[in-house]
Amino acid sequence: MAKTHEIVEKNIGLMMVFIVIAISFAGLVEIVPLFFQDETTKPVDGLEPHDALALEGRDVYIRDGCHVCHSQMIRPFRAETERYGHYSVAGESVYEHPFLWGSKRTGPDLARVGKRYSDEWHRVHLMNPRDVVPESNMPGFPWLADNVLTGENTGTKMEALRMVGVPYTDDDIAGAKAAVEGKTEMDALIHYLQNLGTVLSFKR
Amino acid sequence: MNEMSNFWSGWITFIALLNIFGCLWILWWTRRRHDDDVAEGEELHHSFDGIVEYNNPLPQWWLMMFYGTIVFAFIYLALYPGLGSYKGALGWTSVNQWEHEMEKADNRFDRIFEDYASISIEDLAKDPEAIKVGQRLFGNNCALCHGSDAHGAVGFPNLTDTDWLYGGKVDTIKTTITNGRNGNMPTMAAAVGDAAAIKDVAAHVLSLSGRTGSGDAATGKEKFALCAACHGKEGKGNQMLGAPNLTDNVWLYGGDEATIIETINKGRSGAMPAFKAQLSEEKIHVLTAYVYSLSK
Repeated sequence: MAKTHEIVEKNIGLMMVFIVIAISFAGLVEIVPLFFQDETTKPVDGLEPHDALALEGRDVYIRDGCHVCHSQMIRPFRAETERYGHYSVAGESVYEHPFLWGSKRTGPDLARVGKRYSDEWHRVHLMNPRDVVPESNMPGFPWLADNVLTGENTGTKMEALRMVGVPYTDDDIAGAKAAVEGKTEMDALIHYLQNLGTVLSFKR
Repeated sequence: MNEMSNFWSGWITFIALLNIFGCLWILWWTRRRHDDDVAEGEELHHSFDGIVEYNNPLPQWWLMMFYGTIVFAFIYLALYPGLGSYKGALGWTSVNQWEHEMEKADNRFDRIFEDYASISIEDLAKDPEAIKVGQRLFGNNCALCHGSDAHGAVGFPNLTDTDWLYGGKVDTIKTTITNGRNGNMPTMAAAVGDAAAIKDVAAHVLSLSGRTGSGDAATGKEKFALCAACHGKEGKGNQMLGAPNLTDNVWLYGGDEATIIETINKGRSGAMPAFKAQLSEEKIHVLTAYVYSLSK
């Protein structure tokens, strides 16, 4: 007993191997099988990859840290589905690289914010949230309306996403620049938001 | 829900059980006496910087907790889905838990909404309980644009006054909530003419509510014929089109000269989303009663 104790304690390489084995159990059981389940790898019916403008909007969403305060994950609890709509399912996120589920809700969940408010509302709200929601503590993002997109890298981004399995066609990629060029970051972000979670719905 | 293949089911079951039995084995193995063991309470044969380790037994309370977690694991895995495709004795899933929650709530609240649905909106608007329910619905679905006090914001109508874009009758309110509205004023700059002409029209619009602008209202009045198609010859608006009444003091986007000129130049568009996909008819009924009650 004393000897075996000593072997492990004095041999850091061996100890690392044992630690890796010990901590990999949960991952092997809980994560690895998900890579091979239809439920987590197949898109839900009707799911389309983000179009060029929405993809740019998504990048603005990430760059300005929207995901830090807004989750995109409606859990299957009544309180959540009453407020936000149908609970999120794994098949909705198969084209998301990386996913933006988030883990903190300073603001409300946005998984199904699409079509819930008008474009104009989003515009006013993003310029200065307090114009429409006086009690809001969200910062304004007025510069989004001034920043014009060139669409220079949009096609390349779509190519990269295609390599990890998002089914963009050659036409999508070829038309990406034209679809984005001249639009503002505000347009792109609103377009992205208006498409969020519109695949599944149910009455509250 | 898709079934898990036998391989992955076996994989999960095997590793999970291996883990638990592995823990049991380690407990058993470390408690066994070994030939080269030092006696309990004696010093082990290694020291580092004068720090030595004694061969002390594991504390009993800690050991019992360890055994406890193993017993818990077996009970848990028997009741809940943890071992591959085994569904667990309770048949629990997160979705059926949610369905059960929803059913419980529906049983409780559907009756209330059904009762309300049989009452006319005019009467419902006088029922303080129904108004409380309506206020909650309003808070969750409408307040973001119209404000939690329903006083509106620039571009989003105030619902507490008696001025209505599309009409304030109960049926109209209900239609608005159910199907949404798309208000659109086109840009009139090209049709009206140069900056001076627009100023004249703005002066006429200001004169409708008894004010004066920097342009010539009389000239503007002629050009106002272009606007009359929607706003009417006298500027009193048209609720069929959602064209606002320009003769009152209620302004959706602002009623000062600069804003009116901007409106003529750029046009305006306001959209109210449809709620029929999200809210049941009974809930829209109560919500209508709440909105109706606000303007009285």
